[in-house]
Amino acid sequence: MNNRLYGNLIFELSQPGCKAYSLPKNEFGNYELPSNLKREKDAELPECDELTVVRHYTNHSGNNFGVDNGFYPLGSCTMKYNPTINEEVAALPGFTSVHPMQPINTVQGALAVQYGLAKSLASISGLADFTVNPFAGAQGEFTGLMIIRSYHEKRGDTKRTKIIIPDSAHGTNPASAAVCGLDVVEVKSTADGLVDVEDLKPLLGDDIAGMMMTNPNTLGLFEKNIPEIAKLIHDCGGLMYYDGANLNPMLGVARPGDMGFDVMHINIHKTFSTPHGGGGPGGGPVGVRADLVEFLPKPHVLKTENGYELDAPEATAEYNLNNMHVGQFMGNFLISLRAYAYILTLGKENLKMVGPYATLNANYIKECLKDDYELPIEGICMHEFVFDGLKDKSTGVTTMDVAKRLLDYGYHAPTIYFPLLFHEAMMIEPTENESKRTLDGFIEIMHTIAREARETPQVVLDAPKNTPIGRVDDVLAATKPILNYRQSINQ
Amino acid sequence: MNFKFFPHTQEETQEMLNKVGVKNIHDLFAGIPEALRFKGEYDIPEAKSEIEIRNFFNKLANQNKIMTCFAGAGVYDHYAPSAIPQIISRSEFYTSYTPYQAEISQGTLHYIFEFQSMIAELTNMDVANASMYDGSTATAEAMMVAAAQSNKKKTMLYSKTLNPKIVDVLKTYAHFQGINLVGIEEEEGVTSKKDLEAKMAEGGVAGVIVQQPNYYGIAEDFTGFADICHKDKALFVVNSVAADLSLLKTPGEWGADFAVGDVQSLGLPMAFGGPYAGYMSCTQKMMRKMPGRIVGQTKDARGQRVFVLTLQAREQHIRRQKATSNICSNQSLMALYVTIYSSMMGKQGLKEATKLGFDGAHYLCEKMVATGKAKLAYNQPFFNEFLVNIENRDAFYDKAIENGILPGVKVGKDGLLIAVTEKRTKEEMEALVALL
Amino acid sequence: MAKVIEGLFYAESHEYVKVEGDVAYIGITDYAQHALGNVVYVDMPEADDEFESEEGFGAVESVKAASDLNSPVSCKVIEVNEELEDQPELINQDPYANWILKVELTNKSELDNLMDAKAYEEFCAK
Repeated sequence: MNNRLYGNLIFELSQPGCKAYSLPKNEFGNYELPSNLKREKDAELPECDELTVVRHYTNHSGNNFGVDNGFYPLGSCTMKYNPTINEEVAALPGFTSVHPMQPINTVQGALAVQYGLAKSLASISGLADFTVNPFAGAQGEFTGLMIIRSYHEKRGDTKRTKIIIPDSAHGTNPASAAVCGLDVVEVKSTADGLVDVEDLKPLLGDDIAGMMMTNPNTLGLFEKNIPEIAKLIHDCGGLMYYDGANLNPMLGVARPGDMGFDVMHINIHKTFSTPHGGGGPGGGPVGVRADLVEFLPKPHVLKTENGYELDAPEATAEYNLNNMHVGQFMGNFLISLRAYAYILTLGKENLKMVGPYATLNANYIKECLKDDYELPIEGICMHEFVFDGLKDKSTGVTTMDVAKRLLDYGYHAPTIYFPLLFHEAMMIEPTENESKRTLDGFIEIMHTIAREARETPQVVLDAPKNTPIGRVDDVLAATKPILNYRQSINQ
Repeated sequence: MNFKFFPHTQEETQEMLNKVGVKNIHDLFAGIPEALRFKGEYDIPEAKSEIEIRNFFNKLANQNKIMTCFAGAGVYDHYAPSAIPQIISRSEFYTSYTPYQAEISQGTLHYIFEFQSMIAELTNMDVANASMYDGSTATAEAMMVAAAQSNKKKTMLYSKTLNPKIVDVLKTYAHFQGINLVGIEEEEGVTSKKDLEAKMAEGGVAGVIVQQPNYYGIAEDFTGFADICHKDKALFVVNSVAADLSLLKTPGEWGADFAVGDVQSLGLPMAFGGPYAGYMSCTQKMMRKMPGRIVGQTKDARGQRVFVLTLQAREQHIRRQKATSNICSNQSLMALYVTIYSSMMGKQGLKEATKLGFDGAHYLCEKMVATGKAKLAYNQPFFNEFLVNIENRDAFYDKAIENGILPGVKVGKDGLLIAVTEKRTKEEMEALVALL
Repeated sequence: MAKVIEGLFYAESHEYVKVEGDVAYIGITDYAQHALGNVVYVDMPEADDEFESEEGFGAVESVKAASDLNSPVSCKVIEVNEELEDQPELINQDPYANWILKVELTNKSELDNLMDAKAYEEFCAK
């Protein structure tokens, strides 16, 4: 903690009788709720004055590290700059103060945003249409897989229960498939990190619903055999799903629709600059080719000569494959709005440079550091790449230690211990927004840490020292879980 | 070419290309088959200046009509203290990622722990998670836990007094999970206990989902429901409007195994449907079955009390295809919003605000019924929302809209579901009643 | 080097079966506990639950991993090791002394399908 006073929980600052609110007087008289429907004891929420609350949370923010604080090379997360103009337009009362069930002629501006974003994403992806309803990338995956299953089910093809997923995939891919009722079949990677087409072939058959892929894959490599893979899957009757987690380097370079993908999701908090928000809210729009548009979740925005309308069928007793719902309304609207503002700010000419600059930055770091860090796969990478720990394995310093030491130097750590293909994985993704000066600073510190590992390893093993807290005991946390204030004081 | 988010000077780009060993920035993609390279133009306008962006979005914002809101149906026009948007605009909060590196994420971890504490208090359950996407998906996740933890039982019951938008989501999730989702009949606007017993007797029930207050705003009496469920090892899931739990009998008191719902009622802007956040809490026994992020207390190397993501072995990135949920995030910033809200309103303020809505709703209902043109649909205790049947409902609705009032949410042929919060004044109510 | 005990039966999924007359004890091997690291939770069934061979009966969790437990043999649970509820770390201390299930074997011939100590040692070395 940054100091003793501000390390408290808000509950510990509570003083009965203090308040931080003011409400109008009751002009309506007093009505009674039947006593059998009342809670017996009050919820023990804090009682504080306004300044105490404001200080408490302002000081919380000081113990955090965001993209606005410093370089955040967290692989696979695309921690790009979150433009402030997005925040400004998302705070306009015309957007924040409308009820989702207002008549549609009173929310045409909001629908224009949803529609505009969907159409922009379709153009960027080379697909026919998008839904902006899924709340997050994981829910986007789930939605996309449900669309694939809907497509097969509508044709009466019920034996397609398997989905093929590469062994290098994000853990969420198999989890989404399982939650969607699909059995996962794993396909292996070749020594150079790409899907092994020969290993894929024997897996194909009339029980395959489709295949999920990330391209570039989690190693930051472009799956150059994608046309052949897509053809194999299509020939056996399956659909191709594109996990948009790594879409950023493809901006201006290639489109999933052109690669042969039929369904995809986009993480707008990665590629389209909406804030990560400490873990959310994000957004996971899902796009499809033309003949799958009917399966997109509802409500779905349409543009007609009378303005924007909603495709929102009446509910039926039996589940209707054309009436999928993945949330109460239409996703994290204010997040979609930010993504749209970003797209319009960059415009078509700058969007096309996102992929190239992101890729240049990643390759530059890789080339500058591969003398000290183990590069398992040589050659040009896309927007990110993986080191397998320090080159010198004799020091006892692990990837975890390097990550913690980076915090001491004011950098966020890369993604560590993923992908699982390497024991000491360290996945670095710089994004297009970082200048050469920033990258050089990071490179210098990474060299410094490698030198420390050789000369004074204990310094690295004991890191971090300069952060508000030291290394945490996560075994204690999981063995004897204390998950709230009440459990904390009862302990 | 130069653009405000691309910091590379021409010289720097050249130096970097030299280091990488390619001539031109586009040569970085030489490994991509030529046929796949995108050579066209995106169907997107050219870059707009900041002035143009402001104008563009201002114009769209002005096409949305801000109204005096008597609509609810899960989304309520509540007051929120002005300090909240100020604090959550701090970019240390909103530009950070999931708090994997605990040493530089105590801000996020700390407030999530406080959020979990508040949800546990409000719902009267042992433990809560760090939040979920929204109330409907939190309910669907509880359904999935129930189905996964029961041994091969695949039927889930839900009360037909549930919000139909939640039911739409349950139906979707259930279909693809192979869950047999069956509705419990309603009787006089509340869940039929008789039908619940009858459907339980058919066997194979993994869980039962009810809502409080229900879709019609009615505070239901769930006495005995938990026993009926537990007798057959089915989980009892109660969905509630978070703010109302400051006064209402809680899921914990009803004997729920899981409490779920949306926290929008804790001050979040209506924002055309999102972002909000779902909450989920459960009994100690169910703790390790609960999906979603969870933050726990522990110690650091210096002996300080600190917070960290915990119980991660439950999560999708470890379980992979054995996962029962694929969620790998939370609506963290919205959780921060309601944590500050709950800190500022506090123990007394939340009750006071909720009671204002409750009293206001009863006052408005009396006034409307007194005109003789509106009739309360069910003779049941309601909370801050009620269903009335109105002759010429559509004409009344349209007239209200013309007058800048959103009078409620239409239900059936002549029903109107009307909600009142602490923001609604007597004058606004009089204006609405005058249009009847 | 992971400890392997003579006289036990071993499964490829790293559970052991220790037979004592009509009852048997099932736990995870020393090799498995090493691979997992600090065990923070053991998910166990209830007494009287029945399992077929290779059926999942629970899971062992460490901070960064979760491993399903499969019953190497068909059995009926007599008792679960309740000490593990509060002290899952006992598995790290001595996985052979701290069994997870005490069971009644319902098909003793299935033991023939399992490895002996020597075979298991070779299996782990691979």
